[in-house]
Amino acid sequence: MAHQDHGHGGHGAPVEAPPEPEVPETQGSLFNVVREKAEPLRKFVGGGYKDTQLWKSVFRHKLDDSHRNRSLAVLSNVFLHLHPARLNRDAVRYNFTWGMGGITFYLFVILTITGTLLMFYFHPSKGQAYKDIMYLQHDVPFGNLLRNMHRWTAHAMVITTWIHMMRVFLTGSYKPPREFNWNIGVLLLLFTMLLSFTGYLLPDDQLGFWAVTVGTNMARATPILGHEGPLGPELGFTAFNDVRFALLGGSVVDANALLRAYIWHCIAIPIIAAVLMIVHFWRIRKDGAISGHAPVMLESEVK
Amino acid sequence: MSNDPSKAAVAAGPPPAAPRKVDPAALRPRPPRAKEPAPPLDDKTRGDLARRAFIWHGTAGFITLLLVCFARFFFPRALFEPKTRFTIGYPSDYGFGVDTKWQQKYRIWVCRNASGLFVIYARCTHLGCTPDWKESESKFKCPCHGSGFDSEGMNYEGPAPKPMLRCHLEIDPTGQVVVDTLKLYDYDNAPLRFKDAPPSNKGPLLAV
Repeated sequence: MAHQDHGHGGHGAPVEAPPEPEVPETQGSLFNVVREKAEPLRKFVGGGYKDTQLWKSVFRHKLDDSHRNRSLAVLSNVFLHLHPARLNRDAVRYNFTWGMGGITFYLFVILTITGTLLMFYFHPSKGQAYKDIMYLQHDVPFGNLLRNMHRWTAHAMVITTWIHMMRVFLTGSYKPPREFNWNIGVLLLLFTMLLSFTGYLLPDDQLGFWAVTVGTNMARATPILGHEGPLGPELGFTAFNDVRFALLGGSVVDANALLRAYIWHCIAIPIIAAVLMIVHFWRIRKDGAISGHAPVMLESEVK
Repeated sequence: MSNDPSKAAVAAGPPPAAPRKVDPAALRPRPPRAKEPAPPLDDKTRGDLARRAFIWHGTAGFITLLLVCFARFFFPRALFEPKTRFTIGYPSDYGFGVDTKWQQKYRIWVCRNASGLFVIYARCTHLGCTPDWKESESKFKCPCHGSGFDSEGMNYEGPAPKPMLRCHLEIDPTGQVVVDTLKLYDYDNAPLRFKDAPPSNKGPLLAV
């Protein structure tokens, strides 16, 4: 296989051919042929794909350990750019932040994915809803897995939201200039609870039915807006025009209530919560990152 | 980075309009820096990298597994659709002409002519709508694009390219007719079955 350069070496004495390399017995075997043919593929999978234009168009930075490159890697990625390009290492200590805000957000992402998938089998109509849940649990491939992922993640998200709130309170992170973000957070907590509550009715089982019956009965006593609350009757509210009626789409928990719970749960509240989350995360950055000092502002710049 | 408001006010003013002087040497391409070989990694760094790779591969593998599960999720095992194989009663229940009583449930018409009993699958051969049986005109008329078929399913007007298909029929041990809508007979490709071949007790045309 050795190639000799006759262009230069062919004039003088004949060049002695190098000894033929010893051919292993397996050289011509099928295994070796396959290995030889598959070599480009092996190289590609083993890192060669990073040399393609496709890969480079997506990931534009080397892994150089320089400040500039590390900043660029974060700033040029839409997902990473939520993070600051650089931050104080003490600001991300878990024993200070507990990581609860981020965990809550990840749980929300899981809920969005699993919830969207569950929607493919769920009809929000009386009678059919419960059948669909049974169908999901007992027959649809991985339906039980998805339903339980959604259910347990939902429980976890309520818990982590509360713990996040507690941490923010204990570390005094509600104080200026973060007081606005605290209020956004309170709204997010409210919408988390509402997501949990509206999801409760969707299986249309006895548990959810009576939970929502009890929950919406409390809405009767809403001040001013409820027909059993202070000033409610005086303002002309009855069981057929008060806030409970608006929630249920009727005076009892029935088909309209199921459909309303479904739409609030799957569309309206997630959109509202997502918008609030955008504001929440953005303000975290602007108010001095997840923990740490508030940004320095001149007195003339402060309203 | 001064907190002095007076200095900050000065810095916030408009910049001086002096032209920038550029050193021409700075514009020349620099010779590439010699690359130094990377120093060997110590044990701690190697351990960190191994742990990072383990976590990363584990997470990616887990998510990939979930995605496979979720893809499988889209293919249910049980369906709540009309049966494709069912009985429609005894042959003597059906007289000459077209019977539309199974159209809503099974999408078929049960027909009888001089040759015997046959079942037309109620699907227009143009784009798949369900035609209507017009008793007074003795024809099937598709409401979508106006295809017309005679009482044996032969197309004679409109865009339908061929006659409607016929279902497989059998007589079960109790003497009832079993229809299979998944096993269809193409009129054009099997004219013998309908026209010349003697009707049997199995196939598109029953001699009952």
